[in-house]
Amino acid sequence: MTTLTSAPRTRAGRAPTVGSRGGRRHRTVLPIILVLPAIILLLAFTVGPAIYAVILSFLHLKISGGLLGTGTPHEVWAGFSNYIDTLADSEFWLSLGRMLIIAAIGVPATIVLSTLFALCLDAKRARLVGIARLAIFLPYAVPGVVASLLWGFMYLPATSPIAGNVIDYFGSSGIFFSVANVAVWGVVGFNMVILYTAVRSLPPDVFEAAEIDGASELQIALRIKLPLITPAITMVTLFSVIGALQLFNEPTTLKPLANAITSTWVPLMRVYAQANVNNDIYGGAASSFILIIMTVGLAVLVNVIGRRAFQRGAK
Amino acid sequence: MSVASVLRVRSQSANSTPARGRRTNLVPTIILIVGALYCVLPVIWIVIASTKTNDELFSTPTFLPGFHGGFVSNLEALFSYNNGIFGRWVLNSVIYAVGGGLLSTVIAGAAGYALGKYRFTGSVWIFRTIVAAVLLPQIMLAIPQFLMLAKLGMTNNYAAVILPQLVSPFAIYLCKIYAQAAVPDELMEAARIDGSSEWRIFWSVGSRLMMPALVTVFLLQFIGIWNNFLLPFVMLNNDQLYPLTLGLYGLMIITGGQAAQYSIVIAGVLVSIVPLAILFLSLQRYWKIDLVSGGVKV
Repeated sequence: MTTLTSAPRTRAGRAPTVGSRGGRRHRTVLPIILVLPAIILLLAFTVGPAIYAVILSFLHLKISGGLLGTGTPHEVWAGFSNYIDTLADSEFWLSLGRMLIIAAIGVPATIVLSTLFALCLDAKRARLVGIARLAIFLPYAVPGVVASLLWGFMYLPATSPIAGNVIDYFGSSGIFFSVANVAVWGVVGFNMVILYTAVRSLPPDVFEAAEIDGASELQIALRIKLPLITPAITMVTLFSVIGALQLFNEPTTLKPLANAITSTWVPLMRVYAQANVNNDIYGGAASSFILIIMTVGLAVLVNVIGRRAFQRGAK
Repeated sequence: MSVASVLRVRSQSANSTPARGRRTNLVPTIILIVGALYCVLPVIWIVIASTKTNDELFSTPTFLPGFHGGFVSNLEALFSYNNGIFGRWVLNSVIYAVGGGLLSTVIAGAAGYALGKYRFTGSVWIFRTIVAAVLLPQIMLAIPQFLMLAKLGMTNNYAAVILPQLVSPFAIYLCKIYAQAAVPDELMEAARIDGSSEWRIFWSVGSRLMMPALVTVFLLQFIGIWNNFLLPFVMLNNDQLYPLTLGLYGLMIITGGQAAQYSIVIAGVLVSIVPLAILFLSLQRYWKIDLVSGGVKV
């Protein structure tokens, strides 16, 4: 998470200066009282469920007692069998693959579009900037489920204003673009605002110097502004990648409209189906835990790569 | 203004007509218009579609509104559907988002202030844990949270949806960073010398100085809870408790492939977008989204 803390300041290559000395020791219990509710809730609803899921993932149900196996089932130690089952399940890998296809379409699109819009907002003598910024930010206030219904009507041949009777938006390959589009539509404005803020906080004298040296507007945008906002772009990428792994709302909502979407289409849908539809909570817990590990691993990886790229750019 | 910009203005007025400096920069303007249309057109479509009766929906030109009272009859159909359950869903969403948003803001603000302005046993360790928890995907915890609450018999009520969303590591992180920068040690020290209790310093100095961060955290949490789908989806099976997202999803499942019911879903989508969009666009200047990118400016 260092990208978060140091995003605006490490630009200059220096460590961020701490505003205050972080407070001194005082004889008071107030800070403990203030931090206690957060800690209790964090333990109860984040750490607790995670640990419970890990425990469940190592158990399974065994029916014993009674001559004909009619006794009540009880939980017994299962070792790694739930994990082995999950990793051996082809549908697990297929759902992961579908998620990756959508991410491969959606994440670059989000980053490119939000960077492009942010740079255009900052361009000299661009018009309609205020209205455009509001309009592009608007979808952020639309819940993913509602956005999916909205785009569902855009895609449906019977109601489509965008040639749904010619283009098969719910086809076996079109569906990936359709789902990615809904996700991109929802987040591009928020990311644009983050990147625009990063551009605005750059020192203006750099651009003025470049302008005097005869650099064009495009050159300034691509050669000066873009490299300088790399830390912010890294952070936006990190959020987008984490967001892609959590894909659930859009495909679940589009499922009634699109036959191409199965109940185990993306990893989180598969976990849901396993735990809540098939009542295999042990397998569901194992799958959940594998996904959480993957997400955290990926987040750390993106963060490290981003920092490396930034350091190289700074040299 | 720097010397450079003065020079630029001079050279422009010397070399060309004064109007040149105000000429629209076409390429970025066009890109922004295209982007704005992409983001707004589906919403405009839903506004127009909501004015059409179900027959008009499939027979009239897409972007031509209907004028046969379709709008009113669609809304009537929506709000009378299943004994007016749609109104209940709207109310539930407001309860979840406002209640959960306020509580989580208070919790994050208090924890952030404590971690940012005091050093106590374990404070560094607590903050490190919270930073690590930011990486933990909250949505993926929904099913483990459900499994745990189901074991305790605590699902299918308001608390099952609100409690897991009360603590946001990212919100605590934001509040800590902001408190550190916005609440000066000198001011706290001065208040102590004047005889204020630590609690009073928090209440009348700290919390006020942190207000911009608190408003931002509230709005982020509000939107997060309002938009949440998976958590209520797993926690609830009583449709009287559904938030709007889950209700609309259910409506779509029920009306499924039946084109005859589209107009009611369209009206529902409209009602769930427009008030919130107006609210948030009008509150836009109170947002400090730059806080999200870590740019604390006081």
